[in-house]
Amino acid sequence: MKEQIANLEEKARQLRISIVRALHSSQSGHTGGSLSAIDMVTALYFHKMRHNPADPAWEGRDRFVLSKGHAAPALYAALADAGYFPKEDMMMLRRLGSHLQGHPDSKGTPGVEVCTGSLGQGLSMANGMALGLKADGKDNRVYAILGDGELQEGQVWEAAMAAAHYKLDNLCAMVDANNLQIDGEVEKVMNVAPITDKFSAFGWHVLDIDGHDMEAIVNALDAAETVKGKPTVIVARTVKGKGVSFFENKASYHGVPPSDEELPKALKCLGCTED
Amino acid sequence: MSKMIATRDAYGETLAELGAENKNVVALDADLSGSTKTGVFAKKFPERFFNMGIAEANMVGTAAGLAAVGKIPFLSTFAIFAAGRAWEQIRQSTAYPKANVKIVATHGGVTVGEDGGSHQSVEDIAIMRAIPNMTVIVPADGVETRGAIRAAAAMKGPVYVRLGRNKVPTIFPDDHRFEIGKGVEMVAGSDMTFVTTGLMTAQAMAAAESLKKDGISARVVHIGTIKPLDREIVLKAARETGAIVTAEEHSVIGGLGGAVSELLGENCPTPVKRIGINDRFGTSGKAEELLKYFGLTPEALVDAAKEILTRK
Repeated sequence: MKEQIANLEEKARQLRISIVRALHSSQSGHTGGSLSAIDMVTALYFHKMRHNPADPAWEGRDRFVLSKGHAAPALYAALADAGYFPKEDMMMLRRLGSHLQGHPDSKGTPGVEVCTGSLGQGLSMANGMALGLKADGKDNRVYAILGDGELQEGQVWEAAMAAAHYKLDNLCAMVDANNLQIDGEVEKVMNVAPITDKFSAFGWHVLDIDGHDMEAIVNALDAAETVKGKPTVIVARTVKGKGVSFFENKASYHGVPPSDEELPKALKCLGCTED
Repeated sequence: MSKMIATRDAYGETLAELGAENKNVVALDADLSGSTKTGVFAKKFPERFFNMGIAEANMVGTAAGLAAVGKIPFLSTFAIFAAGRAWEQIRQSTAYPKANVKIVATHGGVTVGEDGGSHQSVEDIAIMRAIPNMTVIVPADGVETRGAIRAAAAMKGPVYVRLGRNKVPTIFPDDHRFEIGKGVEMVAGSDMTFVTTGLMTAQAMAAAESLKKDGISARVVHIGTIKPLDREIVLKAARETGAIVTAEEHSVIGGLGGAVSELLGENCPTPVKRIGINDRFGTSGKAEELLKYFGLTPEALVDAAKEILTRK
């Protein structure tokens, strides 16, 4: 277990490097929220989910929905590393003609299940997947990552209500609670706390963890699988920009990529000394 | 008198038939299953019917998710709540990914009646038509509705079908074969053409009959698929008759009249008069009264035809 956790931590570090490089290359995109979500994405793609990069449409696969679609670089980094498409594609992020769109687009990117990016809609789509798989008596699981700012969208709570109503225990939502959104701290822009109590009241099983503690993430994902009769939400307390000290906890890095000057410093923070 | 049937009733029956034929067909509703007639499906296939409560945005997203795992979801509510309330969800979650979601919106137009302007969707064709990847169908009667629902199920991708609340006359023979993107010449004519959709096609056919008395030969072209528009049948009518009156139970802005005007303006400039709701909201009243009130009658179409002939 210890070795497995260490391997996942190392994977997350490599993916952070991939994210930073891609964002620097595109000079556009969302740095902070990609880095806060990447530990969860890593645990999903390299520990928890059943999936087959050689056959993205494999029926036995678990499904993942990045509801906070602006963290697309985190998803793309995981997919590229897993082998869904060449890693070089990362350097084409957000460019004209690239399949790596600014926000996830299932039409072009192997491994991307649905189109997300307009906040508040991903949990509904995850619900639909979970509902359909359950109706067919299949045991595939469905995972979704939402932002904490995203919880301000009313549709999230329509979906939260429906997931509990239909007892979607094959669904596990994760909230990347980094407490920052474009205009500032979530609690100042529009307070969504207490997140855990809200989901509890809606009939969900709730876990509250440190979203950068890989062992805690893995344990929570494993625990979610054992919950019957209700969906599980993992409220992951995270740090926006995690891993690059000068990005951390800064709302100003929500939609700002690393500059030429910042790139080597950022890579250094991530233990990468090349260029 | 031809058989009267509401298009929503034809939908309910056809959806239940599809459910029996294909286990991947599922249905969703937002607390209006009795009115939209998805209730017929729900009764037969309760395990494949999902009532999403009064939450249309989530219903659309859920349908997209169901489509993503191989289901053929039909979702229904009133047109104002489907196209209006959930427009952006339809755009992002279904049209952008080309999700195989079938949006069947009932209670389109002013014939919703007594519920009034809040519930009468007169903009849905325009706003659905504006979305890339979206197919928009407005059947004229029960027969065409059956064909349209089956065609929607058979095609891959998002479809918006607009149905009505009230009984309308059957104008197609039982063996009519509906084809997406194909208009139908209902009445031959050479002096002018009514290009119509939904319940206005029957009104135009009555108008054409009446115009004969005045020696005017009016063609009637029914457009069941607003998008993709059958360009050929409209251009042919414009070239051959030289004057077009469009008619729809919808705003004159952006719907069938808009689509026809765009096509003709660019390809075959022809005098066009658009009959529809003139940039205003609906109001309470009986359906028949409202059609008169808004000028959606054979009499109004006769007047429009005579007017357009003076502009030829």
